Amino acid sequence: MTETDLVKAPGQGSLPPAQGGAPGFGRVRFRRRARSVGGVALSLALTLLGLLLVTFIIGRVMPIDPVLKVVGERATQAQYDAAYQAMGLDKPLWQQFLRYMGEVLRGDFGRSISTGHQVLDDLKRVFPATLELALLGTLIGVFVGVPLGVIAAARRGGWIDQIARVVALVGYSMPIFWLGLMGLLLFYGMLGWVGGPGRQGIIYDGMVPNVTGMILIDSLLAGDWGAFTDAFSHIILPASLLGYFSLAYISRMTRSFMLEQLSAEYVTTARVKGLSEGRVIWGHAFRNILVPLITVIALSFGGLLEGSVLTEIVFSWPGIGQYITKALLAGDMNAVLGGTVLVGTCFVLLNLLSDILYRVLDPRAK
Amino acid sequence: MSAPLLSVRNLRVSFPTRSGTFEAVRGVSFDLGRERLGVVGESGSGKSMTGRAILGLVRPPGKVSADRLDLNGETILNLPERRMRALRGARISMVMQDPKFSLNPVMTVGQQIMEAYRLHSGQGGKAAREKALEMLSAVQIRDPERVFDAYPHEVSGGMGQRIMIAMMLAPDPEILIADEPTSALDVSVRNEVLRIMDKLVTERGMGLIFVSHDLNLVAQFCDRVLIMYAGQVVEEIAAKDLHQARHPYTQGLLESLPRLDHPVERLAVLQRQDSWRNDVKGA
Repeated sequence: MTETDLVKAPGQGSLPPAQGGAPGFGRVRFRRRARSVGGVALSLALTLLGLLLVTFIIGRVMPIDPVLKVVGERATQAQYDAAYQAMGLDKPLWQQFLRYMGEVLRGDFGRSISTGHQVLDDLKRVFPATLELALLGTLIGVFVGVPLGVIAAARRGGWIDQIARVVALVGYSMPIFWLGLMGLLLFYGMLGWVGGPGRQGIIYDGMVPNVTGMILIDSLLAGDWGAFTDAFSHIILPASLLGYFSLAYISRMTRSFMLEQLSAEYVTTARVKGLSEGRVIWGHAFRNILVPLITVIALSFGGLLEGSVLTEIVFSWPGIGQYITKALLAGDMNAVLGGTVLVGTCFVLLNLLSDILYRVLDPRAK
Repeated sequence: MSAPLLSVRNLRVSFPTRSGTFEAVRGVSFDLGRERLGVVGESGSGKSMTGRAILGLVRPPGKVSADRLDLNGETILNLPERRMRALRGARISMVMQDPKFSLNPVMTVGQQIMEAYRLHSGQGGKAAREKALEMLSAVQIRDPERVFDAYPHEVSGGMGQRIMIAMMLAPDPEILIADEPTSALDVSVRNEVLRIMDKLVTERGMGLIFVSHDLNLVAQFCDRVLIMYAGQVVEEIAAKDLHQARHPYTQGLLESLPRLDHPVERLAVLQRQDSWRNDVKGA
């Protein structure tokens, strides 16, 4: 990259020394950065276009007549035809696609048949609930899973490694609805330590002004401590469950990344220097796994965002997973496609974010 | 010769395997003064493992034993890890084979040099920075300020190895183990790196253990040579007398190299005999 850019920039070598090498060098660097930003933006746009194309095609090939869904089963043929034309279904496919793109870009996903609201308004309501749960779950997964994986690798074959292995195995293989029900039974039903299903107790419902849609944050913004602890006691059990599953994945991946790095030569160099084992592991080897680790975390977070349908159903969590599933069963295609576009966009943005973090963390990627 | 810097007697390194114990080093003995000692042997002869055992870098389940492993008269055999760490880097250091892999890719050159120095000198960041720049100049890097802020992938192999030398010599160790320091380098920069290392080691009056498989290089560069085979020293000889080597393995090694002043139709193939495995030095 560097070399080709330098070669492609004519006149760099022939700059008179009086002007100094620095401005020329800076120009190359600026051009390179501009090009990489442009490239990222282009690939982002193309990916989103592809996503829209896929949802558009799904909307057209589904054996659900969108017109019939709108006009109802007892409409006359004339009413049906009028709606058919109003929805633009008589136009060629590419025109329909352009129209669909325009609508999506304006945030118009149509009306949901099952809720009767605009899909966008529904998504604004359900998505923050999922986001809040996924964020907290990922935080738990990262802050427990990463250290666990690192220590398991450093003490390979030791008892911490064995425990981590069992913890991950259970996390992979236990059905989440069963763990969720058992958790509710124990911590809510018997011990009464946590709030039950739903996001809030009934007395706090609607008491906190809606800013972000995430109740933990909104209640803090409003300074309502009672609402915060209530929301926390409701979210902590489902978030811990999701956190446990992402922990299982993250700790295994961290362990294998670390094992690879710990056998690298630069680790021996660090030991030759006389560094303590802690500094060898965290200061040298760990810094080298940050890049692949970010991919793993982003993937796991994306997976949780997609909506953990089973968790949401067990805990009556009004999130996007439940919303899309219900819409799908009701044949409510506007809601399904709207939700799909939103989740897909989140994935694309997460990829973009981890791409940017690569460049920041890995000097070789610049 | 005055009291040796390092005295090794009957050093053994073994690894348990499924089919019994594998002995990588089987009773190596030598003394090292303020000199350049070459250790030569083919792959798997135990020459690198000898260096790692001296540094206490043989990881479990590997085991190190010796009748004596003394640094300046004090034993360093199987010291507790904490005490060994204080020695490592500060009194014995090591330069490894390939700077591409032995420098941390995500830390700048300057950070890596300063880290070793600060750890053992207890100096602050500013003094460490000056020391690092001084060491970079000492290994004849022309633009130390720029290299200080560079990442390892931005420097060439020869420069990487000079950085490695600068880093390992910054805390002023007494002994440097160079484990094939030039075999990953181009022939054109090999001599330059060796010359720089030689100069610094001589100036500081250090002991150097030069591990290599290149017999000619060792003959030019060292004072004394140990020839290792199958975990044992089969011959110890002054470098200038290398061509009068008596052991058939050493003779075989020498004959398998092409020589400009002695062209032969066909190079000899190195012969190995099982009986050498049980040979004792000087027998």
